[in-house]
Amino acid sequence: MSDTLLVSTRKGLFTVARKARQWEITAVEFLGDNVTLALSDRRDGRRYAALDHGHFGVKLHRSTANRWEEIAAPTYPPKPDGYEEHDMWGRPLNWSTARVWALEAGGRDEPGVIWCGTLPGGLFRSGDGGQSWAMIRSLWDHPKRKQWMGGGADLPGIHSICVDPRNSRRVWIAVSTGGIWFTEDGGANWTLRGEGMRAEYAPPGQTHDPIAQDVHCLAQCPAAPQRMWVQHHNGIFISSDEGKTFTEITGVEPSAFGFPVVVHPREPDTAWFVPEIKDEKRIPREGKLVVTRTRDGGKTFDVLTKGLPQTHAYDVVYRHALVLDEGGERLAFGSTTGGLWVSEDQGDSWTCVTHTLPPVYAVRFA
Amino acid sequence: MAKVVFTPNIQRHVALPEAEASGHTVRDVLETVFADNPQARGYVLDDQSGLRKHMTIFVDGRMIRDRARLTDAVGESSTVYVFQALSGG
Repeated sequence: MSDTLLVSTRKGLFTVARKARQWEITAVEFLGDNVTLALSDRRDGRRYAALDHGHFGVKLHRSTANRWEEIAAPTYPPKPDGYEEHDMWGRPLNWSTARVWALEAGGRDEPGVIWCGTLPGGLFRSGDGGQSWAMIRSLWDHPKRKQWMGGGADLPGIHSICVDPRNSRRVWIAVSTGGIWFTEDGGANWTLRGEGMRAEYAPPGQTHDPIAQDVHCLAQCPAAPQRMWVQHHNGIFISSDEGKTFTEITGVEPSAFGFPVVVHPREPDTAWFVPEIKDEKRIPREGKLVVTRTRDGGKTFDVLTKGLPQTHAYDVVYRHALVLDEGGERLAFGSTTGGLWVSEDQGDSWTCVTHTLPPVYAVRFA
Repeated sequence: MAKVVFTPNIQRHVALPEAEASGHTVRDVLETVFADNPQARGYVLDDQSGLRKHMTIFVDGRMIRDRARLTDAVGESSTVYVFQALSGG
């Protein structure tokens, strides 16, 4: 079980640790800066933090033995002379990192490998712990990449990266908006997956096009990698064949809309969600903040409320802000209104660590 | 040589003291500065080597026009100010 959380917020990176009696904030780093995502690499203990300095761009920092240093940020290649590309709004698309939206460690057999997903859609791989980055050109140059659209932001972006625990060369990514993509050769070739997902916002005839799917979050069960869960813009979907096909879970209360999903490390039918009123409002239904949990592959859901505010709660939980530890017992989530909750019993009960953080973008167990 | 002054706000992230730099264009002058301070380059220029969206540059009191290629002329005694644009909030 993990006793430490890294909480990325609009105004800094907070370390939260389990003490004898309670969880406490034990460190604040980059105070005042916009920390959009962090990663703790269990293979070597290094930590990574993505910062968005606005005027001054996106930066990456790495901590080794509690000392932070700026490292290389993923950089897009020069746009060829005379080449023009426009975003969905008709504006020139700048080939430049606009946000780091996914940071994941490679497999256990490839120390130092880090994957990084960005806006406006570039996927990068580092083989040296972030000292340098190479764009995965096979994906960026894929003709269908230009069909990606903005979803969670004006620009398309890669927010989920799943590395197959059985074979590190097999990697899935999810794009908002652009569906699920899979490589089985370390990124040399990519195929679009996700048959069976449904985009109710798409025009008739395109609702089931895999590339039209606004996947909010993709999660894979480590012990049963064939099982994947998707929290989608208009529903929850489950796959039992490595994301080739999905089945929609219907009738989910209080809502099938949300951003994050996490799956139990050994029980592929057990997953957690944080529902919101879809889609125009994006607040908890009736002001009640709840977590939902299924233990039977989506046939039934428990609505978990113990310890969570049930009146006038307007917390939104972003796609990277709900986490489960490797033991499968501890959960934590942070909200846009600065709340942070921890559960040590799979969500049956929750403890509020604080409700005065800056807006929380991401939570990771260290 | 032109004088180059960077916004004080950038100094919190990367040291960019006032400098003297040679060059006939904004691009020349900035690349001269960044040759000695490569880490600072990405704080001012984007991945395509254009001026970052919410940055602005004034040469002798005039805002530059060519934000992509930075071809605006710089004189021997010019002063180049690299600042944030208010558009960044």
